Amino acid sequence: MTSAANPRAPAAHDATASPYERGNLSDLLEAEGTISESRTQFLTPRQLMLLRFRRNKMAVFSLWFLAFLYLSALFAPVISPYDKTHRFNKHLYLPPRDIHIRADDGSWRRPFVYAVTIETNKETFTRDFVEDRTQQYPIQFFVKGDPYKLWGLFRMDWHLYGVENAEEIGPVFLMGGDKFGRDIFGRALYGARISLTIGLVGVSIALVIGLVLGGLSGLYGGLVDNLIQRLIEFIRSIPTIPLWMGLAAAMPADWPQLRVYFGITIILSLLAWTTLARVVRGKFLSLRNEDFVLAAQSAGANQWYLIWQHLVPSFMSYVLVDITLAIPGMIIGETALSFLGLGLVSPTVSWGVMLKDAQQVVEIAIHPWVLWPAMFVVVTVLALNFIGDGLRDAADPYADL
Amino acid sequence: MREYILRRVLQLIPTLILISIVSFTIIQLPPGDYVTTYVANLAAAGEELSEEEIAALEEHYGLNQPGYIQYIKWITNFVQGDMGLSFYWDRPVNRLIGERLMLTMIMSFFTLLFVYAMAIPIGIYSAVRQYSLADYVFTFIGFIGLATPNFLLALIFMYIGIKVFDASAGGLFSTEYLDADWSVAKVWDMLKHMWLPVVIVGTAGTAGTIRVMRATTLDELGRPYVETARSKGLREGQLTMKYPVRVALNPILSTIGWRLPEIVSGTVLVALVLNLPTTGPLLWRALMSQDLYLAASMIMILSTLTLIGTLISDILLAWVDPRIRYGERGTT
Repeated sequence: MTSAANPRAPAAHDATASPYERGNLSDLLEAEGTISESRTQFLTPRQLMLLRFRRNKMAVFSLWFLAFLYLSALFAPVISPYDKTHRFNKHLYLPPRDIHIRADDGSWRRPFVYAVTIETNKETFTRDFVEDRTQQYPIQFFVKGDPYKLWGLFRMDWHLYGVENAEEIGPVFLMGGDKFGRDIFGRALYGARISLTIGLVGVSIALVIGLVLGGLSGLYGGLVDNLIQRLIEFIRSIPTIPLWMGLAAAMPADWPQLRVYFGITIILSLLAWTTLARVVRGKFLSLRNEDFVLAAQSAGANQWYLIWQHLVPSFMSYVLVDITLAIPGMIIGETALSFLGLGLVSPTVSWGVMLKDAQQVVEIAIHPWVLWPAMFVVVTVLALNFIGDGLRDAADPYADL
Repeated sequence: MREYILRRVLQLIPTLILISIVSFTIIQLPPGDYVTTYVANLAAAGEELSEEEIAALEEHYGLNQPGYIQYIKWITNFVQGDMGLSFYWDRPVNRLIGERLMLTMIMSFFTLLFVYAMAIPIGIYSAVRQYSLADYVFTFIGFIGLATPNFLLALIFMYIGIKVFDASAGGLFSTEYLDADWSVAKVWDMLKHMWLPVVIVGTAGTAGTIRVMRATTLDELGRPYVETARSKGLREGQLTMKYPVRVALNPILSTIGWRLPEIVSGTVLVALVLNLPTTGPLLWRALMSQDLYLAASMIMILSTLTLIGTLISDILLAWVDPRIRYGERGTT
């Protein structure tokens, strides 16, 4: 960049002179190394926030990772080699398959598996899967398999990977199989559809309630404020899990799963809105007396205009942080409720439903891979926390660039 | 001060009434009641009950009356210390809950202690040695602790317990003390078992508290008064402990009240996984079998205890900080 070489030249009207005047973010990022404090005044707060966020490598990486996870959930039927209900009755509790790239003679091959056969261990009398190393079966890509309808629209039957003759030589279970011989990896992707969306839907509900009640509270004050604040204190004083358990148990057992899904979402957002409402109220209170708001008021702006043009944009970044940090709680909540058998139940697939199989210690001791869905929960929650932290640092107007 | 306490205690009363109504309503929500569940179970076993028998059962349990009358009966008895009869266990709720409740309280107390004993020193250390290796390690562990749900942690610990130590991690007592009367030996045995659930439940809270402690201490360390004290020659350790840490402790202590619901929730879940003889598994079973009085009483008691804990922490805070005592109700 030539402009970077001459940073202090006042060239406001020259479009090619400096990226800062043009406010083009990609140019800015290129010139990032040369940014000094005097220049950042040309950026809008949003550009500043984005710039700061992109500096936080952990947060950016988490964002990409989550995007990848959501995409995988979207394309779950394509990526998972078998249907979520496909049972391999000969291969119950098949451990995660070893994918080999070296043959026994030491030569390199494309990824392949050996056939597995069941042998009874003569000492422990357990049934173990043993690899039959006589023949290699290469992993194939874009293979035909269980038919499915992608997003309820497209009839398809090919899967990203798989082996031929899976019933005989054993299916490719990357993370092992469960007690019915179903693919844990594939099911975790299907489960992600429920577990990942429940947070989004729940947080949307919480956001609407939080904005409205928090706004009312901050705007009108007095009795309304007092009532809403007492309500919030009341809800927060009840221990979450007993309350959730009680409400979840209150859902009739014969409800269809979709309704249970929304029921749980509402139960989870019942608590989450209180945090958001508090943030919104606090911001309303502190912004009410800011100069720019008073100026707009005296210039004759009506209340709606004031709220949507001045107040909401100025605290939205804070709300965004709280939203991001509220999603993990909801994901954990759903997992916990389903794990307890109070939430979603089989045949619906969610991470919590899958973890229900891991309730028995014995189960975990013998088949530790049934804990894999837990890994999905932890990693997702971790990523969301990193993003939330990144956003919080980025939204801080006093932070250094 | 006395006026403040009185005001807070009076404020507790409407909240308690509201909680009692909510706890009772939640249990009433699902269609059917204990008798319908009971009859359905009998029918599944091949035993049919006549209309009269069902009516007699409903009469026996007082389920034929409208909900609000059931509520009034329950709450009047509750206030007098009689929590009604558990349908499922066919025993007074008081007797069922008593010991389990005590264990839950002990566990919550130790968890709280654990959270602060771990979080405060680590938080201070991380702030003073910002960006050191230890700071990064603690931050990382903290993140993992925040991201792992309690019950998952319990599962993982049980797995480790079996694989590495070849011992089952569940339960609160060794078999020989299970039905024994309380004695010093039994208490010691309990403490030996309790550390694991305490660590599990406390991890998330510890992680959160470390972050708050670190952030507030860092804020304080940058203040001019710290610089002044340093320029006057105060030793670094003494300086940190005497001023910034004391200020930074305030928000930590003031949120004890928020930690309590978290911890009680955590103990309920973890107790289920680890099969501890606390309130968790009992509440779960009561909810599953629509055991009205047992479930409602338990939600009520857990909430009440949480409220009282919050009250105590508020009073402590007011005692420490005169701004709260005299000022308007806290605005932050």
